[in-house]
Amino acid sequence: MSLTDSPAEAAPDEIVAPGPPAARPRRRIRLRSWLPPLLVFVALVALWYAITYGVLDEQRRFLMPPPDLVVTDALFDRTTLERMLVALGRTARVAFVGLAIAIVIGMAWAVAMSQARWVERSLFPYAVALQCIPILALVPLIGFWFDFGFLSRTIVCVLIALFPIVSNTLFGLQSVDKGQRDLFALHGASRWTTLRKLEFPAAMPAIFAGLRIAAGLSVIGAIVGDLFFKQGDPGLGILIDNYRARLQSPELFLAIIIASLFGIAVFTFFGWLANRVVGRWYDTSKAG
Amino acid sequence: MATSDSPGQGEVVLSFVDVAKTYPDGTTALEHVDLEVRRGDFVTVVGPSGCGKSTLLRIASGLEPHTAGTSTVDSRHLGYVFQDATLLPWRTVAQNVELVAELSGRPKNDRKAAAKDAIDLVGLTGFEKHLPRQLSGGMRMRVSLARSLTLAPDLFLFDEPFGALDEITRERLNDELIRLFSTQRFGALFITHSVSEAVYLSTEVVVMSGRPGRVVQTFDVPFGYPRSPDLRFTPEFAALSGEVSRALREGHS
Repeated sequence: MSLTDSPAEAAPDEIVAPGPPAARPRRRIRLRSWLPPLLVFVALVALWYAITYGVLDEQRRFLMPPPDLVVTDALFDRTTLERMLVALGRTARVAFVGLAIAIVIGMAWAVAMSQARWVERSLFPYAVALQCIPILALVPLIGFWFDFGFLSRTIVCVLIALFPIVSNTLFGLQSVDKGQRDLFALHGASRWTTLRKLEFPAAMPAIFAGLRIAAGLSVIGAIVGDLFFKQGDPGLGILIDNYRARLQSPELFLAIIIASLFGIAVFTFFGWLANRVVGRWYDTSKAG
Repeated sequence: MATSDSPGQGEVVLSFVDVAKTYPDGTTALEHVDLEVRRGDFVTVVGPSGCGKSTLLRIASGLEPHTAGTSTVDSRHLGYVFQDATLLPWRTVAQNVELVAELSGRPKNDRKAAAKDAIDLVGLTGFEKHLPRQLSGGMRMRVSLARSLTLAPDLFLFDEPFGALDEITRERLNDELIRLFSTQRFGALFITHSVSEAVYLSTEVVVMSGRPGRVVQTFDVPFGYPRSPDLRFTPEFAALSGEVSRALREGHS
């Protein structure tokens, strides 16, 4: 072994033409990564138009209004857009609070299970049950119990987002390398120290993979809640349901697009966060 | 502690008397093992795979209980180098080296200084801020070694630490280890399945049989320290290696 071994420096793109400044290859990479999805987007819009004007006859065109109508009738309509942004704000608040609560409960649940076999045996079946019961069927019941406002929407959101956090945290905590456990045991580390200095950091990649999934689910949960309640202050779910009932299809499409973009933004944010926190030592692209 | 019956030698840091290990399912891993390591001894155990060599270390360190006999080890200053480097991938070299001192609750300045000295000793100065994934296998092993050195151990346990490395790296690390041993004079119990590594490093080679593991024969290694890599090509080295190999074959059959 030689100490001149140069540490593996991150060199994402080594094929750099000699001479030109660093900005040029970087721009080329950016273009290369943006262009294909952009082309797909263009193709999808084209397909959309084709269906609107090619497949549907005029009476049924409301089923799929052309994209430009979505822009002009809904996006550029100030009252509509304002109403949607207010609704988005409500939905986002439910999603974030729900996700935060799910993180706290889910991690505590997983840590408790990781500390003793019998706790795991007693509690894990309920985590699985949570994943298996049709939460949508419970939604009206939750509405009856806790009214149709912020509280019950948040509860729905927590129920939907909880499982991936519980299961991924538990998996992460339990997948610590045996040699590292021996090392900690050998030097008399307490359970708490082992959790804090070994198990938790080691579980971070798995936890973040779970967080990303949970974040996407929390948005769905927040929308599903008021979509089903059909009452209380309108969030995106209620707006979607109203537009559907009144056949206001440009507005309906815009609401769906906004909801989707919000979900994507939250998902992307957690991907970025994971990369910031553990990307230094862990290849987050492996975690999916 | 055992009585010091041969004057001039270091204190006894590990003593096994008739140690045995039987698992709950009835398999016997070790039987009638007597071993003694003093400060300044480098005892290497060679044996076929699965003969319970590693179990020996796990018993010595208290990671696993033995089922018969007595094991006396002063575990306060115990260095343990595992088969893998077992570094924490999210910690830098310096933070990894500090870890065991940190776990034993030593104050921050003290362990920082100890880590710096240990990093110097294994020749990793300048790599303090690197992460394990940026290092080669041999360098990771050095970090692992440095981590134990911060404890200034009286007894070092080595569980086939260089088994996964290529031969050149392995020989370099053997020389590094000899250099450390000559200057620090800890007691060492080293596990390997390489006869040449065993003879090259040690003051004493213990040959074990296949399962259940028991001590077949013990060889004193007469070469002084420091040792030069050329020692491997002398007739005396070859003769001793031959004898150890023979004992290993006989113990195995």
